[in-house]
Amino acid sequence: MSKIINVLLVGVGGQGTILASKILTHAAIAQGYEVKMSEIHGMAQRGGSVVTQVRMGENVYSPVIEPGEADFIVAFEQLEAYRWAHFLKKDGVLIVNTQKIVPLPVLIGAATYPDSILDDLKGRVGRFVELDGLKLASEAGNAKATNVVLMGVLSKYMEFSEDFWQNALEARIPAKLLELNKKAFASGIAEAK
Amino acid sequence: MKTLMTGNEAIARGVYEFGVSVAAAYPGTPSTEILENIAKYPEVYSQWSPNEKVAMEVGIGAAIAGARSIVAMKMVGVNVAADPLFTVAYTGIRAGLVLISADDPGMHSSQNEQDNRLYAAFAKIPLLEPSNSQEAKDMVGLALEISETFDTPVMIRITTRIAHSQSLVELNDPIERVVKTYERNPRKYVMLPGNGRARRLVVEERMHKLADYTETVAVNNMELQDQSIGIITSGISYQYVKEALPTASILKLGLTNPLPSGLIKEFAAKVDRLYVVEELEPYIEKEVRILGINVIGKELFPPYGELSVRMVSEKISGQPGITVAPAFDSPIRPPVMCPGCPHRGIFYTLKQLKLVVSGDIGCYTLGAMAPLEAMDTTICMGASISAGLGMIKAHPEMADKMVAVIGDSTFLHSGITGLMDVVYNGGNLTTIILDNSITAMTGHQENPSTGKTLMGQPAPQVDFVSLCKALGVKRITEVDPFDLKTVKEIIKTEVAVPEPSVIIARRPCALIIKNTEKPLQVVDCNGCKACLKLGCPAISFDEENKTAQVDQALCNGCGLCINVCKFNALRKAGDGNV
Ligand code: SF4
Ligand code: SF4
Repeated sequence: MSKIINVLLVGVGGQGTILASKILTHAAIAQGYEVKMSEIHGMAQRGGSVVTQVRMGENVYSPVIEPGEADFIVAFEQLEAYRWAHFLKKDGVLIVNTQKIVPLPVLIGAATYPDSILDDLKGRVGRFVELDGLKLASEAGNAKATNVVLMGVLSKYMEFSEDFWQNALEARIPAKLLELNKKAFASGIAEAK
Repeated sequence: MKTLMTGNEAIARGVYEFGVSVAAAYPGTPSTEILENIAKYPEVYSQWSPNEKVAMEVGIGAAIAGARSIVAMKMVGVNVAADPLFTVAYTGIRAGLVLISADDPGMHSSQNEQDNRLYAAFAKIPLLEPSNSQEAKDMVGLALEISETFDTPVMIRITTRIAHSQSLVELNDPIERVVKTYERNPRKYVMLPGNGRARRLVVEERMHKLADYTETVAVNNMELQDQSIGIITSGISYQYVKEALPTASILKLGLTNPLPSGLIKEFAAKVDRLYVVEELEPYIEKEVRILGINVIGKELFPPYGELSVRMVSEKISGQPGITVAPAFDSPIRPPVMCPGCPHRGIFYTLKQLKLVVSGDIGCYTLGAMAPLEAMDTTICMGASISAGLGMIKAHPEMADKMVAVIGDSTFLHSGITGLMDVVYNGGNLTTIILDNSITAMTGHQENPSTGKTLMGQPAPQVDFVSLCKALGVKRITEVDPFDLKTVKEIIKTEVAVPEPSVIIARRPCALIIKNTEKPLQVVDCNGCKACLKLGCPAISFDEENKTAQVDQALCNGCGLCINVCKFNALRKAGDGNV
């Protein structure tokens, strides 16, 4: 079986994981890969957990990534990184946006938000990258571009040509927001160094 | 050109490429995006119908008149549409008619899990099962061809993983869109018993012809490799098998009603050990057993939930793989009503009043979850009012302790008949119509009360007050769900009166209004936590300082929480001391 690259994007409804996965798949197709992307939405639209799965390679059959099989996890939020970390391969890369979005059971006092997430994860995963994507996006001009900052970080680890990423941004982001998002993407690359 | 498309987008593309003229549906996850994407091709007339039965009937009418037609729904929708479906199998059509059933193994967003392949067998219509987006598109063409060749409606059954996952699709130019002339033929289309009996025989004959066809059709084919293991499979399960067992021989079935018994026998004879890998019911497995062939299926795979690559490989190799369990304990993140959601005020009041609440399907079903927890039952679309009637018929003393709640779209879907029943049978039930001016849960679709069609045309709006009046309800009140004091008074009054009543709680969904309100500030909070009972995701409690806090990014300034704070601690910027 040819090698398949599995990328899991996890976050909270409304954080822009879908757009991020579209940028990623655009670059992957340009690279000549067969791509499958799976995203189950329904009730998750109302602020629930959201997960998007992207698989790429010469021959991709199942659209779904199995636990322990992800090469990359890009977590848009800390708690979601915690929730999905067991999907990562032993030597996989976990990229975590340190933003916290507190779920309702925590808000109403029925559960607690673990405070040791980053430390716990650091000790357990192959490669660990943490960053304040929200801050970087705000500096680039819009907090909503956090998803693109994270794609910038991911791009440092994927073997796609830089052009493919730039084309993907141009194809997937409306013209008037493009400059801002390119800045956000670049700050993600810089952060990953 | 190849493009990445979800199964739903690919079906819409097929509808465009293969000359369909009429499309109808009621939104329902995972099928919703089929019609949303068809609406992007103005060449195809597309519409939301108030429910799936109506959508099916629109499709049937168009197909009998001579236009290629498609109808889409989630699996539970087929229950609603089953009545016309079973009879159109008798009448047949003039131009192609395709029904898409989007099933949801694993219940990602459904109230039950049902395998609608059984419907195709039950209704005696051909059934196609695509395994990726390309096949989903191609099978629209094949389904139309089968429909016209055999004069029958055809079902395409997809599952959530097909509907919502993307794979590459080759785009082609559309064929010419032709609508055939209408031909009057009452013996074929008027299903009086005499005509029906004649058509019954036609249905049997058609199934015999289809039985020959299914043996040779290209979507049923053998992939012979290592013959020690043979697997019969269809739909998404095929993809799991291909990845889990790359060297196994496979009989891949695309046309699965009727099943190709000849091909199955031939395949079974070629392999040493035969398996059926399918999600949910042992649909193929049973047919294989009827042929007297020994096969392994549901003794390995569960009749519920989704399969996976890992499960297929473990079960067939007989060797448990490494299980990877979650390493950490994370609090769940359930979906919640949005900040500023118009439903919140109603459920807050219902909980305060400790009423029994007969609920329905929509965003407001989230009112069943903590902290609101104000819903006792949810059965299916439209059941709130009729089930509420049943409850008070069983326990007349419950009538002044209960309400039925239902959204605008759901009321129009199938709540109307329930309300009619309440009036007719003297049920003194109070119904609250939560009118948020949109079909919100499925992603904001228009409905007959919103003033717009799927194709973006302006439309007349159903007037709920006149409608309820026409059904015979005498007590109808309208209220702003955020006016908590009035809401409470009205609900108290209406549940107490011994006659049917309707309360229309009206405020648009927070996601469809252009909101310019400023987020709230917290000043001099006393720490009583009363505001937390609203379950607004923007309000949390700062345990260190013992004060409530409002997340400035999430709060949409709806002002509901101002009403529940006795200490005037929640204020709009610019109000009072802020
Ligand atoms: S989408 Fe609209 S109706 Fe649904 S929870 Fe959000 S605000 Fe409420
Ligand atoms: S005003 Fe209050 S209830 Fe409304 S969104 Fe803001 S915090 Fe929530």
